[in-house]
Amino acid sequence: MSLFINITLDGVTQGMIFAALALALVLIFRATRVINFAQGAMAMLTTFIASTLLDRGLNYWWAFVAALAIGFVLGALVQMVLIRPLEGKPDLNPVIVTIGLVIVLEGVAGAVYGNSSRGFPAAFSQSGLVVGGTRIAFSHFDVFILVAVLLLMAANLVLFRATTLGLRMRASAFAREVSRLLGVRVGRLLTLGWGLAGLVGALAGLLIAPTSAFGPYFMDLDLIYAFTAAVIGGLESPVGALVGGLVTGLCISYVGGYLGSGLEPLGALVLLMVTLMARPQGIFSRPSARVV
Amino acid sequence: MLEVRELSVTYGAVSALRSVSFRAQEGEITAVLGANGAGKTTLLRAISGLAKPKSGSVHFDGRELLGNSVEDIARRGVAHVPEGRGIIEELTVEDNLHVATLWCTPRGRRQAAIEATFELFPRLSGFRHRHASTLSGGERQMLVLGRALITRPRLLLLDEPSLGLAPLVIAQLMTLLVDQTSGSDMTVVLVEQNARSALSVARRAIVLNLGQVVADDLAPTLAVNTELRRHYLGF
Amino acid sequence: MAPADVARYQVSPETGKPLRPRPWWGRARFPRQPLARHLVLALLGAVVLYFVTSALSPYNNVLVGEIALYLIALAGLSLLTGTTGQISLGQGAFMAVGAYTVALLMTHTHMNFVLELLAAIGAAATLGLLVGISATRLKGPYLAGATLLLALALPPIADKWSTTFGGDQGLTTIVPTAPGGINPEEWLAWIELAGALITLVLLANLLTSRFGRSFRAVRDNEVAASLSGVHVARTKVTAFAVSAGCAGLAGAFLGLSTGVVSTGEFPLTLSIELLAAMVLAGAGSLFGMWWGAILLVYVPQWSTSVSGDFGLGAGTSAYLATIIFGVVLIVVMIAAPSGIQGGLRWLWEHVSKQWSISRDERAAPRHATHFPPSAADHQPNLVHDPLNE
Repeated sequence: MSLFINITLDGVTQGMIFAALALALVLIFRATRVINFAQGAMAMLTTFIASTLLDRGLNYWWAFVAALAIGFVLGALVQMVLIRPLEGKPDLNPVIVTIGLVIVLEGVAGAVYGNSSRGFPAAFSQSGLVVGGTRIAFSHFDVFILVAVLLLMAANLVLFRATTLGLRMRASAFAREVSRLLGVRVGRLLTLGWGLAGLVGALAGLLIAPTSAFGPYFMDLDLIYAFTAAVIGGLESPVGALVGGLVTGLCISYVGGYLGSGLEPLGALVLLMVTLMARPQGIFSRPSARVV
Repeated sequence: MLEVRELSVTYGAVSALRSVSFRAQEGEITAVLGANGAGKTTLLRAISGLAKPKSGSVHFDGRELLGNSVEDIARRGVAHVPEGRGIIEELTVEDNLHVATLWCTPRGRRQAAIEATFELFPRLSGFRHRHASTLSGGERQMLVLGRALITRPRLLLLDEPSLGLAPLVIAQLMTLLVDQTSGSDMTVVLVEQNARSALSVARRAIVLNLGQVVADDLAPTLAVNTELRRHYLGF
Repeated sequence: MAPADVARYQVSPETGKPLRPRPWWGRARFPRQPLARHLVLALLGAVVLYFVTSALSPYNNVLVGEIALYLIALAGLSLLTGTTGQISLGQGAFMAVGAYTVALLMTHTHMNFVLELLAAIGAAATLGLLVGISATRLKGPYLAGATLLLALALPPIADKWSTTFGGDQGLTTIVPTAPGGINPEEWLAWIELAGALITLVLLANLLTSRFGRSFRAVRDNEVAASLSGVHVARTKVTAFAVSAGCAGLAGAFLGLSTGVVSTGEFPLTLSIELLAAMVLAGAGSLFGMWWGAILLVYVPQWSTSVSGDFGLGAGTSAYLATIIFGVVLIVVMIAAPSGIQGGLRWLWEHVSKQWSISRDERAAPRHATHFPPSAADHQPNLVHDPLNE
């Protein structure tokens, strides 16, 4: 029973991180109809930069903020330099470009930092809390993860539902040409959306790094779990990303806990396939009749 | 005043507009008529910046519009209501209006502008929190017209507003359009396939055929030109 | 349309294909039947390659063999992406399936070598069929994600059941002994080249068949294809399975070439580099894949030597090749999506037009500058009329 509880708690924590990364994918997909396969690699890079700053003796929170800021700039730059030239081209082109970016960023990180995994500090203690005399798989750091991701989701909700900037971003995501005719500067908003996604991804990287083998490839699996989560959530809905993240996190945690950690990706693959076959638009998206 | 001079637009090897010139005056409706594929939509898209012309000029209030971004042209008071309604289906009716006010109305006065639009189209106010995708064809047309008028545009470009609407609704819309235009400083360019109703509200009209202007005259004169009607206007 | 445009689009009354200026070598010297034509080409290729491999050192023969095996994997990928518009990041995973199949059969049975290769193709194609079936409803990015997950999910399985799959050490493979006098490297290169030529002939034939037309119809417009009676789902699944089968054969050869099959041979970067090479070479073309295969073999070689010249460590040089692939992939996607083969084709058409058409008529730019490039037999799109949009 305690194994089950611990696996579940672990799944929830992981799920929250997947939800954050999935939110980054959703922000971009909604605005530009692109799945940014480089989201994980970009987060890897910002986390490496944070790690370097920490090695230079910078305070943890300053490095944290710096990583988020660099994530924002990186996301915006990628949109302006790599994605904008592809507007109006077939859907596959941006997919391939982001995949190319993955191997460039991972190659650069590998060449600069080496392939061996290094440690990354956590903001708070990672030893489990003691509840009723037993130690559970839920630490202060996990509490921080939970709070951070929930705050992120809330901030996202406020931005999109309660501000005119969010209204503009929604309008330009849904109807680019009409929004331009209404005087909305769509190009800037798309860049902003990629920047925000970069920031959110950077946050996910900082939250994942302490509990994983932090190296050039450490985000590969997390990205694909986040992709699974985003697809389950319908790729367009932040709430869907949260739910999808939790479902994916729990699924992977159970597969890893009961069947062995090597099978986690396979578990995600099965989950993704089942979701796509049962409901290709995901669970939280409105059905779209547009085929042609 | 809108003055289009020798405007040419090509798509690849095909010319959509060939040296089109015409003028549209303030406080008047100028109709652009012609068959499917005559280049009417392309003309509006070129004026609002969505299509990039090969040559020519588009002057509005003495300033060149060509070469500016779509957003900047919109911010000069050009409201283009594209073909097929152009509502943002995923937003609510109120948000559709709200988006349009963002660049032109100060924060404090936006709500009043939205309420004024609902007074103009009382039918819409009952749907204000509904997704725009739930509206009927006529309601959609009211919404896009209201969304264009809320910015108090200097130049209003309407692309086939009567398409797919019942005759009664068309009549209402045309009456409203005349009310809004006459005596105002707004210039209206009305693209229509429904030549009869367009000629009934317009002061001047041009007729396009295969990307070229084949007639440019006062609307009543064109309306009695049987030759022209038979060849190009289909009534 | 201006008169010049009409002249350019003149169409043959019998075949409906655009008339092309008569080439300098005349007409109909070459077999018209696609199968015969492909076989003749393959035989010519085999003769040339026989002399080439005989002249090369054993080390270079190993490289030639690698080019051949990558060519097989790339041809399958090109068929999938270039002709049906699907994208796979799982080509490395299917290669792993082929390699492990051969290695397991070699470890536990004494089957005929050719049968082992066929089993490798069959195993990979079966998995491809399964993935393909679940992927039929998936559009571009979804399929990319699903196959990416596949590439990441399969290798850990081999680690999990390490007694069967050999764990880190992997399984060893044995190349069948060469007939007297031929050195083993050359023999393996021949086997791999033979596999590549046979694969190319079969795929080229598939593309000119009725199936090939369905492939292209599905790529260009799924809705239109299904309205014209093309079974879209079946077509996509077939393409996926064929592509996976090619990867299976390539993986089997890779296992033979390295002598050991272990999970480390099939990282995610392999799948991505295959995709990169395919795009660089020009998706949709089969013969263009030679360029991709040559790049896959020689860029790492070259980057190792460059790193050596600049005194960079061995670790860095491994990344350099990957970085080069990534950068070139991005640049090509943005600047020249039809790849090397598309560029050459454009150049050829440009030059031949300049020669054959009167001077005052400028050669038209290729209409298909975006990805996937239209196949060489694509007709100019006469139906499309922007005026009616």
